[in-house]
Amino acid sequence: MPQLEVDAVVKNFRGLRAVGGVSLRVADAQIVGLIGPNGAGKTTLFHAIAGAVAIDSGEVRYDGKRVSGLRPDQICRAGISRTFQIMRPFAGLSVLDNVIVGALARERSLVEARRQSLALLEQLGLGPRAHIPAASLTLPERKRLEVARALATRPRLLLLDEVMAGLRPTETDQMVSTFLQINREQGIAILLIEHVMRAVMALASEIVVLHHGEVLTHGAPAEVVRSPQVLEVYLGTESDV
Amino acid sequence: MPAPDFVLNVVLSGILTGMVYGLMALGLSVIFGVMRVVNFAHGELTTLAMYATAVACEAFHADPFVTLVPVTLGFFGLGYLLQRLVINRFISRPEHTQLLLLVAIAIVLANVLLLVFGPDARSVQTDYQLDSIELGPLLVDSTRVYAAGTALVATLLLFAFFRGTMMGTAIRACADNQRGARVIGLHIEHLFAVTFGLGTACVAVAGSMLVLLFEVTPASGPAYTLLGFVIVVVGGLGSMTGALLGGVLIGVSESVAGMLVTPSAKSMISFALLILVLTFRPSGLLGARR
Amino acid sequence: MKPLLAPLAALVLLLLPLLANSYLLSIAIAVLYLAYLGQAWNVMMGFAGQLSLGHALYVGLGAYLAGGLFFHHGLGPWLGVWIAIAAALVVSVALGLLAFRFGISGVYFALLTIATAEFTRVGFDHLDWTGGPGGMFLKVENREHVDLLNLRGPPSLYYYTALTLCVGAAVLSRRLLRSRAGYYWQAIREDEPAAQSLGINTMRWKLLAIAISAALTAVGGVFHAFYFNSLFPEQIFSAGHSLEILLAPVVGGIGTLAGPLVGALVLTLLGEGSTELLSQLGWEAPGLKQVLYGLLLLATVWHLPRGIWPTLRSRLRPGEG
Repeated sequence: MPQLEVDAVVKNFRGLRAVGGVSLRVADAQIVGLIGPNGAGKTTLFHAIAGAVAIDSGEVRYDGKRVSGLRPDQICRAGISRTFQIMRPFAGLSVLDNVIVGALARERSLVEARRQSLALLEQLGLGPRAHIPAASLTLPERKRLEVARALATRPRLLLLDEVMAGLRPTETDQMVSTFLQINREQGIAILLIEHVMRAVMALASEIVVLHHGEVLTHGAPAEVVRSPQVLEVYLGTESDV
Repeated sequence: MPAPDFVLNVVLSGILTGMVYGLMALGLSVIFGVMRVVNFAHGELTTLAMYATAVACEAFHADPFVTLVPVTLGFFGLGYLLQRLVINRFISRPEHTQLLLLVAIAIVLANVLLLVFGPDARSVQTDYQLDSIELGPLLVDSTRVYAAGTALVATLLLFAFFRGTMMGTAIRACADNQRGARVIGLHIEHLFAVTFGLGTACVAVAGSMLVLLFEVTPASGPAYTLLGFVIVVVGGLGSMTGALLGGVLIGVSESVAGMLVTPSAKSMISFALLILVLTFRPSGLLGARR
Repeated sequence: MKPLLAPLAALVLLLLPLLANSYLLSIAIAVLYLAYLGQAWNVMMGFAGQLSLGHALYVGLGAYLAGGLFFHHGLGPWLGVWIAIAAALVVSVALGLLAFRFGISGVYFALLTIATAEFTRVGFDHLDWTGGPGGMFLKVENREHVDLLNLRGPPSLYYYTALTLCVGAAVLSRRLLRSRAGYYWQAIREDEPAAQSLGINTMRWKLLAIAISAALTAVGGVFHAFYFNSLFPEQIFSAGHSLEILLAPVVGGIGTLAGPLVGALVLTLLGEGSTELLSQLGWEAPGLKQVLYGLLLLATVWHLPRGIWPTLRSRLRPGEG
């Protein structure tokens, strides 16, 4: 059974059809890329899966059970974690405390949560920055904090929303290898929205293309990227394949 | 069961008072609608206007409808400066900081009034305050009719300003889209200050009328702040017609409640209405759906 | 020098009734009482970010319930306090549920708190059991004999009670802040949607903060009843009283542990200082104290938005944020 099933999900915003009947699947430990021009409905779809927004019709199932209609915190506890497109660190807390908040979702003991959080920060290269206020981090560090915090909740599916935006190529490569590592070692599935094609090609085993709120096409990365439909949609847009 | 005539009188009285309430709430609504500032000093400003009128009438042996003009102009200036010099710096600060700023201003205003005037109640005495006007079977206080009439005129003037003048349109543009307004060259700080000034002027007119109908003490502020907010929430935050409708509604319910229950408990009605509206229709009767 | 400071201060606090005259002692009680209420308020706002402008409601409920039980039935405060806490829990949770279920937050929530306090004020004005607008007066029989059961006795009794309350609240706040609750509350305060995405049932935790805050405040109300011995709805449920409660933590530093204490100290010194000065000059100025408080709040919000304590702390210890 696929881990995540999005089934004909529809979301309207005051007459605008943001997501118009999208279906997709993410299998266990799979990495799926979600691409499409701005305004295609990708983030809205994420919000729908994560429970931040109610859908108008369709269903989202996780491990066979319906999660559409649940609260965001319930969905997190079911095993889905997300990052935000516009990052939302807890600015007044330290970097470590930010991650601890996430870890407490699974850990009763504060001591254990702290230990796990420190380990996660190390893994994401933020170890030395653990005790400074989160507001003082640089952009790439904030991204990694956001990922660390989401990982602290021990998800089995990670939703990444344009996490590579604004990163330099070396930083992008670092993030990519981190994700490949956690996918390989912990079997965490990933659904990522990305414009940075370099990252998508390196990570995804399958790509879904969204356009005007509908699935244009999907398949293996090499095919999708060469598909005439996709090229037409992206004509005029930058892509660095 | 009271006689139908009596009930009608009570309701009419409520409508008239409600129109003045509506004008007061309009000041609050305009400020929020344009600047998203929640004026927690609203009641204290109303109280200040009531005192200003009482003092002016006594000092110059004048009629409140005459002192209305200088008081209103003065309050416009006060509001303009308050916004321009003080509140403007807080527009982009977190919400609770804004609230606390206005709370601080409210505390200072209320207690300066206490300091200057003492705790005793004041009101305005006029020659015609005991007159009443007969409209068929109905009997209403002249003062109330004049007050409501003035409130109506002020309201219409405000509407005319926002719909009919260049500046009014500019202000509405700012409310809709601040950045866009700046881009086309509108001077936001000035327009915001004018808006706050207008809101305060509404409060000044309303206050001048209210002091004819009720006594004022330095501690009157919070009740009027609450009243203003209840009206605005009931009518719909940001809706001018909503503020008026809400005002009349509250005025009537207070009046009727005063008749059925003891008059001093009438503010409990407002609270009940607030709960009802917040629970079932938080956007208010005429407000935009959130 | 520094390691000696804390034990020295503790010693002074413990022995104050022996060292100070009755005037100074009453000031100390005022500071501790204000600091206690401020800490209670801080749990709701400073920790969980919910602004209450009507906290006097819980002081009044606690005071009237415990005081009323004593007045009518001779029941001591040790019993009355449980009724007070129960009432505070019921009211606060009801308010919270109403607010959070319908998405009322920020300004609307603050408004709701004001409205509830006002409603209760008017209501109590009309109740016979509470003595109506004329007020309720608890009998003060003798000031010499220490009657712990009914909390009657010399000022030192009240001093130690206030001190215990204040210290207790500080200890509780510290424990809460460092617990899962503390982490979750701060997360909710910083960014509620992000907190939700991390598995936090924000409504439940906000309700918890509100309930704890209300219960603590009601206990303060019980103290109020048995110390001041006279209760008036106009005063105890008033907006002014609600504002007094929040002045100390706001001025001192919302969300910090020492903030309410620093704030209470500063406010009381300012208030008493100005009153003293005026009486020396022979002037009477009702309301001047509050004007000064208002100006202090204005100055704090303007220049030191985080409050006195956090600013002081970052000056004294530049490393810590």
